Amino acid sequence: MKKSKRMALPKAYLVFLLLVMYLPIALVIIYSFNASRISSVWNGFTLDWYRSLFRDRSMFEALRNSVVLAVVSSCAAAVIGTLGAYGMSRVKLRGSGAMEYLSMLPIMIPEIILGMVFLVFFSLIGLPFGMTTLIIAHTAFNIPYVFLMVKARLAGFDGSLTDAARDLGAGELRTFTDITLPLIAPAILSGMLLSFAMSFDDVIISVFVTGVNTNTLPIKIYSQIKTGVTPKTNALCTLLFLVTVILGLSSVLVSRRGANRKSGKDE
Amino acid sequence: MDSALLRLENLEKSFGETRVLRGVSLSADAGQFITLLGPSGCGKTTTLRIIAGLESPDTGKVWLDGRDVTSAEPNKRDVNTVFQSYALFPHMTVEDNIGYGLRLRRKPKAEIRRAVKDALALVQLDGYEKRMTSELSGGQSQRIAIARAVIGNPKVLLLDEPLGALDYQLRRQMQLELKRLQKQLGITFIYITHDQEEALNMSDVIAVMRNGMFEQLGSVSEIYDAPKTAYVARFVGNANIVSGVVKDVSDGVITLARSDGEMSVKLTGAPPERGATVHAAVRGENVQIEPLGRDGQPPEPIVGTISDKRFAGGQLRISVTLSDGTEVTASRHGIDSPLAAGERVAVWWSPDHAVTVEGDNEA
Amino acid sequence: MKRKRRVSIAAILPMYLFTLLFVLGPLIYMLILSFASRDGQWGVSAEFTLKNYPRMLEPIYLRTFWNSIKLSLLSTLFVLLIGYPFGYFMARLTKKWRTIAMLLLIIPFWTSTLMRLYGWIIFFRANGVFDGLLMGLGLTTAPLKLLYSYPAVVVGMIYALVPFMIYSVYSSAEKLDWRLVEAARDLGASGFRAFLTVSLPLTAPGIFSGVILTFVPSMGLYFIADVLGGNKIVLIGNLIQEQLVKLHDWPFAAAMSVVLLVLTSVFLFLYRRVTKSDSLEGLV
Repeated sequence: MKKSKRMALPKAYLVFLLLVMYLPIALVIIYSFNASRISSVWNGFTLDWYRSLFRDRSMFEALRNSVVLAVVSSCAAAVIGTLGAYGMSRVKLRGSGAMEYLSMLPIMIPEIILGMVFLVFFSLIGLPFGMTTLIIAHTAFNIPYVFLMVKARLAGFDGSLTDAARDLGAGELRTFTDITLPLIAPAILSGMLLSFAMSFDDVIISVFVTGVNTNTLPIKIYSQIKTGVTPKTNALCTLLFLVTVILGLSSVLVSRRGANRKSGKDE
Repeated sequence: MDSALLRLENLEKSFGETRVLRGVSLSADAGQFITLLGPSGCGKTTTLRIIAGLESPDTGKVWLDGRDVTSAEPNKRDVNTVFQSYALFPHMTVEDNIGYGLRLRRKPKAEIRRAVKDALALVQLDGYEKRMTSELSGGQSQRIAIARAVIGNPKVLLLDEPLGALDYQLRRQMQLELKRLQKQLGITFIYITHDQEEALNMSDVIAVMRNGMFEQLGSVSEIYDAPKTAYVARFVGNANIVSGVVKDVSDGVITLARSDGEMSVKLTGAPPERGATVHAAVRGENVQIEPLGRDGQPPEPIVGTISDKRFAGGQLRISVTLSDGTEVTASRHGIDSPLAAGERVAVWWSPDHAVTVEGDNEA
Repeated sequence: MKRKRRVSIAAILPMYLFTLLFVLGPLIYMLILSFASRDGQWGVSAEFTLKNYPRMLEPIYLRTFWNSIKLSLLSTLFVLLIGYPFGYFMARLTKKWRTIAMLLLIIPFWTSTLMRLYGWIIFFRANGVFDGLLMGLGLTTAPLKLLYSYPAVVVGMIYALVPFMIYSVYSSAEKLDWRLVEAARDLGASGFRAFLTVSLPLTAPGIFSGVILTFVPSMGLYFIADVLGGNKIVLIGNLIQEQLVKLHDWPFAAAMSVVLLVLTSVFLFLYRRVTKSDSLEGLV
């Protein structure tokens, strides 16, 4: 009893701060239903902004670009990152620590630097700015997410399982597909979902490496915020919010389920 | 070409600076139960992994059924392993675990199902097909691991401390069952343990390993009754090692002189030279400890001082310290004896119970 | 065994190639570029020069660097003051509530950064929610017009960065043995004193990593200043972006990036040294 009383103030603080964190998000969502065009005033509930959003062709094109970009870059990162973590867990090569550090740099350095180096580098090698450059840049910052998740999973991996498969007659490849891959799949999936969300949300790097004709949703929102917003932007943000929350929650669920199964084995 | 099913030829292996194996040779016949016995870190698991193909030796060869398999991949040899941690695949059912090897060989589904059923019957877990491995107890996991390893009829089955994680009761029971299985299947077992009792109970042949080499390789009775070295005598029989100088050899008995008395040892092999230092090994249950001057004692028994008396493992253990610091421990049934610490006592044994052994080759 | 090695190397290869080509390559090029000269309106000439680095010492740039660091320090301080109690209290919740609090914390973090910034625009806008609130309460009579001001940028920075601090503090407070605090209380320490002498020193690693994890990205968050500060507040990031996109002085932008990158690396190195971890708990 005494303890719960002592925790009353701290709990109020936690709740207050969480409310503040959701305040801007809530404002965006609320005003997406506001009938007034000038968003400070509440003029009644409307779905008009969603309707006009769905009529906007350029919006759909941006959505398509964003989805293609997020899917391709997170899949590429899943393949490259998983194989990398798998290989590094099995052999120790000279300089692999340095290489690992380098590979992780894209999520550790300020985004503006990453955007800047990609911009100058792509123009050096003469890659036309557009979807290709976007995909390369996004893959670069997605690899670390997958790599770190898979690496953590492999670190807790019981090596005698793969030994057992080899012993029972499986080749290297078969062992990987039958044993290793299913057991690290939750980590891969959760890394992929996370990198999908990151890619879907990215604006800074995208602004630097995209071409004139390739808009993604965040780029579109960014330019709208800079030039003057309409509640249509609110509506778009609200929909994006839903997408990221769903993806994020699935990522958590997947990794938790994987962790449960792993701990279940130990019992 | 010899008749041995499995032959290891002078295997050597180093991990970095550490020499794990320093020339291991072994020859196993079909249907034999061979135990590699030794403390952890002696190289027994590495030997097993080399046989399985999970490691490759730096030098030396592995022959299986007349074929050189030294560099063959693990999936290309007729050898299966029961891992210490069981290594059951957590994402597969019991049935899928056991049938995995057969699925790799693309056997028809119905045949696999029947074989799995038989294998489960063999380890007395009928009806467990659909269980997940996380639902199994330690003993059950153990049986499933065995079933999975034997279903493909390997020529040799390797077992890496398979009973290590089980409690004492279960371990005793599984020992009997493993022995039964081995007889029933007629497969050669290469078994690893650090438990001498387990080794003595189950094996046909024991190889006592130490520092990457076989200290002694022989039948159970050879190892137990005629240990070649002090190390084997201690490790396998908990024997006492007492040294003395040869005084006389007659009637198949060697008499050894010490500063604190004399002792006699059975003569095996060539008689030692007079004046040579010889080590005698005698197990605790054969050591007599009595107050000085009783009847039936040898004329000049060794005299020592009782240093410790304790009840352990269902036996009374009395330790006597000799003049040169050697400690001799006798074990008795019963819970106490009239002898008290500090008492001067006669220590002796019948020559039939003592053998000469080589001293520790590294001091 | 050789085969195992071959297979593993083949698996690593794509990541190595990608990293060399698209991470190391661009970084090296940036370094080279920072020693190149600007040529005419657009281009870059291969002529070697050192002048891009001293140029940063010109008062106008120096002031920007200083402002940028000042804003970062100020934000980090606020983030520490706001985030520490949160992480600390959160670690004292029951397991169920801790999980819920963590999830509630992560959700805004996933949400589009832009959307969250946009929410603050709505909040701070002249005659927006904030002004309405203050005037409604009778605290002010005229709109404060906080949007495009320094406080708005600070709020935006704090908001974006506070989760890093919370994670770091939380993860070290979670490992804290509360019996130690109880022992201190038992020995006669007041609650506050027990906190100062036991909890605070024991959560110091969390504070340290939180500070690094806040300070490092804060130097690159140029678009918060861009969106919430209008064009009034110029930080290193804005400077780089301006040189790059508007003025097309790539060598100078590269030189500034190199400096920013070196600064960042020093802090990251310290971070890894102190926390002795190479996992990015707070970042992922």
